[in-house]
Amino acid sequence: MEDKILLAHGSGGKLMHDLIQSFIPRLANPILNKMDDSAVFDINGKMAFTTDSYIVNPIFFPGGDIGKLAVCGTVNDLSMSGAKPLYLSLALIIEEGLPISDLKKIIESIADTAEEAGVKIVTGDTKVVDKGGADKLFINTAGVGIVPEGVNISAANAQAGDKIVLSGTVGDHGIAVLSKREGLKFNTPVPSDCAPLNGLVAAMLGASHDIHCMRDPTRGGLATTLNDFAGQSNVGIVIEEDKIPVDKAVLAACELLGLDPLYIANEGKLVAIVPANDAAAVLRRMKRHQYGKNAAIIGEVVAEHPRRVVMKTLLGASRIVDMPVGELLPRIC
Amino acid sequence: MKFVEEYRDPELGKKLLDRIHRRSRKPARLMEFCGGHTVAIFKYGLRQLLPPNIQMLSGPGCPVCVTAAADLDKAIALGKLPGVIITSFGDMVRVPGSRSSLQKAKAEGADVRVVYSAQDALTIARDNPSKSVVFIGIGFETTAPTIAASVLQAEKEKIKNYSVLSLHKICPPIMKAILDLGEVRLDGIICPGHVSAIIGSRPYQFLANEYHIACAVSGFEPVDILLAVDLLVEQIESGEPKVEIAYRRGVKPEGNPAALKLMDTVFEVGEADWRGIGIVPASGLQFKKQYEQFDAAKKFDIKISPAREPKGCICGAVLRGVSTPPDCKLFRKTCTPENPIGPCMVSSEGSCATYYEYGEGDGR
Repeated sequence: MEDKILLAHGSGGKLMHDLIQSFIPRLANPILNKMDDSAVFDINGKMAFTTDSYIVNPIFFPGGDIGKLAVCGTVNDLSMSGAKPLYLSLALIIEEGLPISDLKKIIESIADTAEEAGVKIVTGDTKVVDKGGADKLFINTAGVGIVPEGVNISAANAQAGDKIVLSGTVGDHGIAVLSKREGLKFNTPVPSDCAPLNGLVAAMLGASHDIHCMRDPTRGGLATTLNDFAGQSNVGIVIEEDKIPVDKAVLAACELLGLDPLYIANEGKLVAIVPANDAAAVLRRMKRHQYGKNAAIIGEVVAEHPRRVVMKTLLGASRIVDMPVGELLPRIC
Repeated sequence: MKFVEEYRDPELGKKLLDRIHRRSRKPARLMEFCGGHTVAIFKYGLRQLLPPNIQMLSGPGCPVCVTAAADLDKAIALGKLPGVIITSFGDMVRVPGSRSSLQKAKAEGADVRVVYSAQDALTIARDNPSKSVVFIGIGFETTAPTIAASVLQAEKEKIKNYSVLSLHKICPPIMKAILDLGEVRLDGIICPGHVSAIIGSRPYQFLANEYHIACAVSGFEPVDILLAVDLLVEQIESGEPKVEIAYRRGVKPEGNPAALKLMDTVFEVGEADWRGIGIVPASGLQFKKQYEQFDAAKKFDIKISPAREPKGCICGAVLRGVSTPPDCKLFRKTCTPENPIGPCMVSSEGSCATYYEYGEGDGR
């Protein structure tokens, strides 16, 4: 077998067939195994459906790779609506020349992550593009899940008095990826937090079905998610700087680069808005889960200053936390 | 972690604030020279916490903001030459020149790469022997020694495809130039932290002696800045301006002799074009004759059309401390971080971007 992906691997011929067959066994399940044009399955109840495309440079980073990211991202998007994720599609766009060993590693990682999350890959697609037509590998996944009875989570549901719960430290993923990027390599012990959060969400729903808003603060970070909640619910949000967990190594890297952890991407964290009466119970369940050990109540929803997020700083002053603009770039001096 | 949390200690911060409130009586106009200080002051809401007789002004210490449009036009023109890779510090790629930006040039096909240090640019030169790698050398005395080191390294390794467009600026002369313009009256200056780590605190002595201005070198954490303000208040109240260091873990009076030597080996002082201020004699760094082969301005024949500044933009006045961003008619209306018209709205350390992002200092 060739050791690099060739254009011919995407031609629909024997080479492509062999390539797909070489990784199908790792993803096998009765629906996928039929290899029909579409996956056919029964589904009962209120369905959640989402899709996302994954591009990351580099494709392997401390704590994960693009495959793990592609499964976690879609599992987490489903979970944030309270749904139990069930089935995923997997589409690969591969740049000619990608080492087949890299592709294998990524398929392994997809299989492992899907197994951890308890979801099945039921349909897929593979395309190969000319060198330069893509950057190594792009992945799209779509997913479906079932929303339990009585659960109604939306960014528009926050109410004054609600508490804001964050599942752990912010900024880990962005710093881990940045640390390996060309032109910016630095050593950091921080791995990406990339993780499937459906188990954590199930635990939270076990404590309260009345979670108002929930989102995983990926690109744009915690600041963007909170601004979304404030804007869509037409409420104000107040958070306290000293309550927001940040890993010391992330803090150090942010100091060095002039970045703010509030704006840095996460791939294994969630922020939820819950009624004040349920907050303690939800937090307790979160802290018992492996992906919620450092969970904390970081602030509350207020009726004042609608659509604005305000942070109480360490010294007791307050400042606006706005949406980020454009690409995050390291500072100069 | 050492050296961050201690300097964000709320208890220590409150003690310093109490002392400042107790001792500050005279009206005091303080300028923080450095854009990094402006960001920290806004980020921690320090203006709200200081007594009303202390007025804080932002200065010209944002390396991106003070880069003249004409110099940016040169960098963009270099990027459009065939076989050239432009390497630059991050913020610089977004700043509009007269007609374009490095970011736009990149979208149009120029090879523009963001690096964190000149050493990374040198690595790109080593890895791409058939290309010509140009580093856009902006910044103050903080970055100049590292860029000088990259030039010496290139010389040692005989790397011929590496050059630097030297747009470096130096601090003390521009402080003098702003004061000599007579537009702004200051009682104290929070002197830059990282620049002073290189040049030391002695070069500011003329501010205390000749201009009777209190000086304190500060770090970038809230406690650092409050300590610097506290030292300035003491100097102002006693009427005895001097130069003090509130950032002893980073700055010595004599600076960093090794870094200064590197800088002096490669560069010499020359005039520099400052955005909004114009050409100021002896306020920049240019290549010495024996390192000319690394000077991108000499290596490439670049012609640019006359530079133009955006209409209505008052970045120049903001940089001189004469106006604040809300004084500008464009601020928050046509000029926003998404669609910046002037450089102070682009750089994350620019005054306009800081006012925009953190509110106008009152948390609203």
